[in-house]
Amino acid sequence: MLQVISLLLENKPGALMRVTGLLSQRGYNIESLTVARTLDPELSRMTIVVDVDSVQRQQVIKQMNKLINVLQATDLTDSPAVVRELVLVRIRMPQESRTAVLKEAEIFGGRVVDSSTEGFAIEATGDPEKLGEFIDVMNSYGEIEVTRSGALAIGLEAKKLRLQPPVPTKTKMEEFVD
Amino acid sequence: MLVECLVREGVDCLFGYPGGVTIPFYDVLYDHPLRHVLVRHEENAAFAAEGYARATGKVGVCCATSGPGATNLTTGLVDAMMDSIPVVAITGQVTSKLIGSDAFQEADTFGITRPCTKHNYLVKRLEDLAQTIHEAFYVAGSGRPGPVLVDVTKDVLQAQGHYQQVTAIHLPGYRVFTEGHTGQVRRAAQLVQEAQRPLVYGGGGIIAAGTAKELREFVELADLPAVLTLMGLGGLASEHPNFISMPGMHGSYAANMALTNCDLLIALGVRFDDRVTGRLAAFAPHAKVIHVDIDPAEIGKNRAPDVPIVGDVKRVLVKLNKLLAESGNAPDETLRAARRAWWHRIRQWKQEHPFDVVTSDTEIKPQHLMAEIDRISGGQAIVASDVGQHQMWAAQLVRFNEPRLWLSSGGLGSMGFGIPAAIGAQFARPDKLVFAIVGDGGFQMSIPELSTIASNGLPIKIVVMNNGHLGMVRQWQTLFYNNRLSAVELDGFPDVEKLAAAYGFKGRIIDKPWELAPALEEAVAEPGPYLLNVKVTPFECVYPMVPAGSGLEEMVLGPPQPVAVPAK
Repeated sequence: MLQVISLLLENKPGALMRVTGLLSQRGYNIESLTVARTLDPELSRMTIVVDVDSVQRQQVIKQMNKLINVLQATDLTDSPAVVRELVLVRIRMPQESRTAVLKEAEIFGGRVVDSSTEGFAIEATGDPEKLGEFIDVMNSYGEIEVTRSGALAIGLEAKKLRLQPPVPTKTKMEEFVD
Repeated sequence: MLVECLVREGVDCLFGYPGGVTIPFYDVLYDHPLRHVLVRHEENAAFAAEGYARATGKVGVCCATSGPGATNLTTGLVDAMMDSIPVVAITGQVTSKLIGSDAFQEADTFGITRPCTKHNYLVKRLEDLAQTIHEAFYVAGSGRPGPVLVDVTKDVLQAQGHYQQVTAIHLPGYRVFTEGHTGQVRRAAQLVQEAQRPLVYGGGGIIAAGTAKELREFVELADLPAVLTLMGLGGLASEHPNFISMPGMHGSYAANMALTNCDLLIALGVRFDDRVTGRLAAFAPHAKVIHVDIDPAEIGKNRAPDVPIVGDVKRVLVKLNKLLAESGNAPDETLRAARRAWWHRIRQWKQEHPFDVVTSDTEIKPQHLMAEIDRISGGQAIVASDVGQHQMWAAQLVRFNEPRLWLSSGGLGSMGFGIPAAIGAQFARPDKLVFAIVGDGGFQMSIPELSTIASNGLPIKIVVMNNGHLGMVRQWQTLFYNNRLSAVELDGFPDVEKLAAAYGFKGRIIDKPWELAPALEEAVAEPGPYLLNVKVTPFECVYPMVPAGSGLEEMVLGPPQPVAVPAK
């Protein structure tokens, strides 16, 4: 089943490689992955969707948390969270379907970002499943080309608001060395 | 600056091999008291660092140059990763301006070693060097130990700078859980007191945590029988009355039967490895499980525990012992009777099928060899083993009365480990008698290091258990592949007397059982290195054996009926 993981990690060279490497090393398949900086430029937020069987879900999170560059890995699959995705669709269709396509796009909350005699480029955001339907509908009107961003997620349950991620204060060296 | 960092970390000895980009580092070592041991292959530098770490518990250090030097280290790094051994590897990298240009001896060491290490670094600026080295040592030695690699570019190695005291380590994503949840520990103590058929299952975590003393107190307080895995041998003295033996694929009948029949499994610093558990569904099927491990990811990975405790085994055992000692709960008569019956069954299993010391009047049996080494060691010598049949027989028959005496590549099973690990151990413990027990296969992977042993005058006793075959593979081919022996015959083995003489030390070949004891005694009496080639019967198999994928109860105790070799 699909598991949505939200990761907070240090923005360091190789950090992304550690996460993706871990997933392939342990035999988990990545469905989608997005990553960008947070308000704190030293940290990145990553949303990963992986295909794992339910027994392994805890294990994936634990292995992620073990990575030294990862501050926090959270499983958002079953907890209250907003999951959104952006899709860009280019559609080429006969002149007579233009109005119909525009109507359909409107239903899905899509926005035309480019228009030409041949067709449109439409952007839409929403729940990944809904976007799948949107793509199916567009496909029924003509020839399409699709780019999806992959899922972005934000948890609604976090005890602390993670907008400003807490960076632990530097610990004195002596405390580390026994 | 790099050398200064190492000295401040308390490094007294490192194993390495120089190359183009590490010359600036070696130039500093030229007139520095820090001891550098020149090995003959980088892989062995990593194994020797592991041997050093395994024998002492301190972080082992190895270094290699860029490109091939670094790639040669990787086997040793993965080995350290699998067995949770603290090692810091330092590699040279081409000048930072040249990175990415396919420069001479350039390899993506940082990328290659990512899955081979607990953590790794690439240092491109001098100002990051000291911080990184100290972080590397901290990460390698803390929590669940492991290897850390620091790749340093040539320009950083060459740069001059003053060492600035590093006062803080900044690793926001690195947490170590040591304490163990008090409530869970209390539940564990209660289960220990209530169990009718308890069993301690201890592993490498006992050694890593340095908690042999607390483990002994624990098994004595509650009078618990204990099995120790290949990685945990020595965690409880082999001669301790509560110690059963090693469990698993080649574990004893008693240990495997105890695991199968216990009603409480107290798993301490173990990871339920497939070589121990056999088929998981049949592993300790009647038992509640208490699992103590410092790595949260190990808990529930293979077996869901009833009482999970994330923490340092030592601290948890201290708490447990305190609870057990303080609770005045005297077990009632039914429980005491059940415990007595449990001990009785274990003793019976031990008697029915002990590890057999097979001997013969005409040939040397491998078990006979191990029994003789055991007699000489008396549970006190350091034994570094290679991988294969000899490793299993040594683990079965050689006693280890202290931790850090048995050095063996458990998780990765790297052939060629034994001799370099013995080198590392002998440097770490010059006072100790060190045996390297190797097979004729693994020995030939490590022959270059005979030169390291000779040039440093290390009094290591190398015992080659020579059966003329890659014995373990041969055993599997015999048992599971209709005895079709494919690519396992090792003919052309060198004359070890001449070989040892060529390196300037003594060697001897023996093949008669009555020569065994005197030859081993002669080897041990020799002040320098000694190479003993012991020709043993070629077709002996290691028993008991749990076939891969079977439950522990389905172990095969002895040789099957001879299998006919199909005509070719």
